[in-house]
Amino acid sequence: MTAMPTQSEITAALSRWLPPDAILFQPEDVRPFETDGLTAYRQLPYVVVLPRTEAEVQAVLRYCHEAGIPVVARGSGTGLSGGALPHATGVLMSMSRFMRILDIDPLARTARVQPGVRNLAISEAVAPFGLYYAPDPSSQIACSIGGNVAENSGGVHCLKYGLTVHNLVKVRAVTMAGELIELGCDALDAPGYDLLALMTGSEGLLGVLTEITVKLLPKPQKAQAILAAFDDIEKAGHAVANIIASGIIPAGLEMMDGPATRAAEAFVHASYPLEAEAILICESDGTPEEVLDEMARMKAILESSGAIEIRFSQDEAQRLKFWAGRKAAFPAVGRLSPDYYCIDGTIPRRTLAAVLKRIYEMSHEYGLEVCNVFHAGDGNLHPLILFDAAKPGEFERTEAYAGKILELCVEVGGTITGEHGVGVEKINQMCVQFRPDEISTFHAVKAAFDPEGLLNPGKAIPTLHRCAEMGRMHVHHNQTAYPELPRF
Amino acid sequence: MHTVLQSLMDQVRNAHASATPLRIRGGGSKGFWLHAQAPQELELRAYTGVVDYEPSELVITVRAGTPLAEVEALLAQQGQMLAFEPPHFGPTATLGGVIASGLSGPRRASAGSVRDFVLGVRIIDGLGRDLSFGGRVIKNVAGFDVSRLMVGALGSLGVITEVSLKVLPIPAFDVTLEWALQEAAAIVRMNEWGGQPFPVSATSWQNGRLRARLSGAEVAVRAAMHRLGGDAIPQGAAWWASLREQSAPCFETSRPLWRLAVKSTAPPLGLSGAILTEWGGAQRWIASDHAPAQLHKAARDAGGHALLFRGGNPAIPHLGMLHPVLGQIHRRLKHAFDPKGILNPGFPGNF
Ligand SMILES: Cc1cc2nc3c(=O)[nH]c(=O)nc-3n(C[C@H](O)[C@H](O)[C@H](O)COP(=O)(O)OP(=O)(O)OC[C@H]3O[C@@H](n4cnc5c(N)ncnc54)[C@H](O)[C@@H]3O)c2cc1C
Repeated sequence: MTAMPTQSEITAALSRWLPPDAILFQPEDVRPFETDGLTAYRQLPYVVVLPRTEAEVQAVLRYCHEAGIPVVARGSGTGLSGGALPHATGVLMSMSRFMRILDIDPLARTARVQPGVRNLAISEAVAPFGLYYAPDPSSQIACSIGGNVAENSGGVHCLKYGLTVHNLVKVRAVTMAGELIELGCDALDAPGYDLLALMTGSEGLLGVLTEITVKLLPKPQKAQAILAAFDDIEKAGHAVANIIASGIIPAGLEMMDGPATRAAEAFVHASYPLEAEAILICESDGTPEEVLDEMARMKAILESSGAIEIRFSQDEAQRLKFWAGRKAAFPAVGRLSPDYYCIDGTIPRRTLAAVLKRIYEMSHEYGLEVCNVFHAGDGNLHPLILFDAAKPGEFERTEAYAGKILELCVEVGGTITGEHGVGVEKINQMCVQFRPDEISTFHAVKAAFDPEGLLNPGKAIPTLHRCAEMGRMHVHHNQTAYPELPRF
Repeated sequence: MHTVLQSLMDQVRNAHASATPLRIRGGGSKGFWLHAQAPQELELRAYTGVVDYEPSELVITVRAGTPLAEVEALLAQQGQMLAFEPPHFGPTATLGGVIASGLSGPRRASAGSVRDFVLGVRIIDGLGRDLSFGGRVIKNVAGFDVSRLMVGALGSLGVITEVSLKVLPIPAFDVTLEWALQEAAAIVRMNEWGGQPFPVSATSWQNGRLRARLSGAEVAVRAAMHRLGGDAIPQGAAWWASLREQSAPCFETSRPLWRLAVKSTAPPLGLSGAILTEWGGAQRWIASDHAPAQLHKAARDAGGHALLFRGGNPAIPHLGMLHPVLGQIHRRLKHAFDPKGILNPGFPGNF
C-alpha cells in the first residue's frame, strides 16, 4: 500500500462525489463527532462525510477501499461501548442524513426506512395503522435504527417481543469494497446462510447499512403495570423466577435495587417505596381479558414471594409514572455523582443474588458506590458505578471494577454484553469470554465481508496478540491459552 | 472432555488431514432434504443428554444427538415447549438436525423460527476444533452471531455438538376455527389478523378452507373467538400436527414438492399444483412438475424464493441464484469454517 493520503487529498478526492456541505474536516466542525455515548473515549475524526444517497455511500467506500482508508459508520452516537469512536486517520461516515421513511405496508406489517431514522419515529409514523416497532431501547427518542441493527439493541419489552434481530425483515448494506448487498427478503427466510442475523449486532464491522425493513406489531389494546417492593433483593429475584416458572411472559419485568430506587425517586418522584431493598415493575399487555387474567396471577405470585407492597397502575398516567423512574434511572443516578459508568452484563437469573452480593463487596474493595438496574426478565444487569473523573486514578479504578464485574458475569455462565456491544470498551473482556480459536473465527467472519479490515477497525474483536498482552487469558479446562505466544 | 465429543473431534481432524468429506448424520429423519454426498459418515447419535435445563431461566442446553421427542417430553413436563414447532419427520429426529435444517412449523409466523430461539452453539469446525459461540442467556451481543449462522446451514459450517435454546410456556388454551373462503380472500384475512391484537398462533388455507389456531389464556382466546366468528373444529390439534409433520393428505403426492417462501401479502401465485398455504400467507406448498426456473421466478416475483423440498432431482438443494457478491461472501464463510470443504459437501451449493 502507498503512503496514507493526507487530509486534503482525501477531501479533494471525496469532493468528486459529495457536495461541499457533506465533507467536514475543520476541528470545530468535526468536534461533535469525537465521541459517542461513552464519553470517556474521544478521538477527533480526520474527515467526516455526511452522504445522502446509497450511491454516495458506495462511492466513498470504494474510494476509501482503494486508498486503504479506515471508515467508521455512525448513527446517532448514543452507543455506550465506543462503537462509533472515530479513527484518527480515517473517515467517519455519519448516516444522519438518511432520515426518510420510505414505505409503510400496513397489511404486511412492515416499514422500509433509512438507517438514520430514529427508533421512536418509526412507531410514531405507523401509529395511525394501529402498529408499532417493538424494540424500545431507553434511548429510543435519539438512537437510529441503523445503530439499533448494528448493536442488536434491546429494550424493556424484549423478553416478550424480542431484540432487534427478531424484528427485522431485510436490510441493504454496502460492503467496504463499495458493493451493495441485500440480506434477508420479504419472505420469512432467505436462501443461503443467515447473513441478516450475522449482520445484526456486528457493530458496523461488516457493512454500512443503507436501508432497513422492520417488522411491525399491532399495538396492544391495553397495558397495565404492577409496582412491587421487597425488603430483600433475593426475594425479588425469586419472585421473578416464580413468575416465569408459572408460564407468564410479562411484557416487561424490571428490577432496581435500593440505591437505584432512591436515586430514581429523588429525580422523578414516581412515588417508589423508599424503604425497599428492591422494586420490581411487571407489565402485562394484550387484550383486556388477557391483562386482567395475567395481573391477577402475577399479584398472587408476588404476594407469595414475599412482596411487602404491591400497587397496580390505575390508569395510563400512573403506568407511565411507574416506568418514569426506571426509564430515567441512568440520569437519576447521574445526579448523585459527577460521573457514572454503565455496565451491561447478562447472567443466568438464578445467580442474581450471588452476583449482586459480589458486586456490593467489590464496591467496598474499590471504594466506589454502585446502583443496580436490571432487565430482570432476561437477566441483563446494568450496574452503574459512581465516580469522579476529576479525581486522579478514579476512572482507572472504575474501569478495573467494571472489568471485574464483567468477568464475574462470564464466570457464572453469562456474557460481557447483553445489548450495548463490545466496541472499544469491552474488547479486553472478549479475551475472557472467548478462546483464541473462537476469536480467530470471528476475524475470519470479518474477513469474509471486509478482507482488508478497513471497516471500523480495532472494535468488537480483539487481536490475539492483544489478548495475550493484556494477560487476560481465558483458562479453559485448566489449559493455559496461547501456549504459542511468549509471556510478557 | 466427554469421550464421544473427543472421538467426534478426532474423526473430523482425521478427515481434515486426509481431505475426506464427511456426511454428518443425526437421526437421519431429514436426510431426504440434505442429500450430502460423502464417502464417510460422522454419526452424532451417541452424543446425547441434557446439559442444563432450568425452567425458570427459559433456557435449555442439549447435546446435538439428543432425540427431539425426548427434549419435547422433558419440556412438556414443565409446561414448556420449543415454540417454533420443529417438524420431526420421523421418530429419530435429533436436536442437531433441527438446528442444521432450520425448519420451523405452524407457529413460525407468530412465534418465530428456529434461529429466533437459538442462544448459543458448540461446534466442531472443519479443522476439528471445538468452538463455542453465543451462550446460555437470552441477551448476548458479544462477538458475531455465529450461533444463528449455523441455523439452516445444513452442517456445512460446522458439526453442531451442543445447542442452547430459549423455550416458552405452552399456552394454557388452544382452539381451531374454520371458515369457507377462497384463497385470495383468505390471504388478505390472515394478514389483517396479523395487524390486530388477536392471539392467532397458526394459520392455513387449503382447498377452500381457512383455518386459524388461537392460543393463550382461556379468557383471551374465548374473547377472540367471539370477535372472529368461524366454526370451532374438534380435531384442531391433529390438523396442525399433520401440517407440521407433512402427514396431511394434501402432502401425498408423487410430484416434486416445492416450498415457496413469499411475502405474506402476495396474491395467489396462479400456479397449478398449489396444495397448501401457511404462515399467514408466507409459506406456500406446490406439488408439480413445473420447470424449476418457472417456480423460482414466481417466488422471486412474490418477494421470496423457491426450494425443491422433496422428490424431483435430488442432486443439490436448489438455492436459486444468489447475487454474486453474496455468493462470494458465502464461499469465504465456508472456507473460513471448513477450508478443505469436508463438512456435508453439496451445501450451500452452486451460485
Ligand atoms: C441513555 C441511554 C440509554 C440507552 N438504553 C439502551 C437500551 O435500553 N437498550 C440498548 O440496547 N441500548 C441502549 N443504549 C445504547 C444505544 O442507544 C444503542 O446501542 C443504539 O442502538 C445506538 O444507536 P445509535 O444510532 O446512537 O448508534 P451509534 O452510537 O452512532 O453507533 C453504534 C454502532 O453502530 C454502528 N452503526 C451506526 N449506524 C450504522 C449504519 N448505518 N451501518 C452500519 N453500522 C452502523 C457504529 O459504527 C457503531 O459501531 C442507551 C444509550 C443511552 C445513551
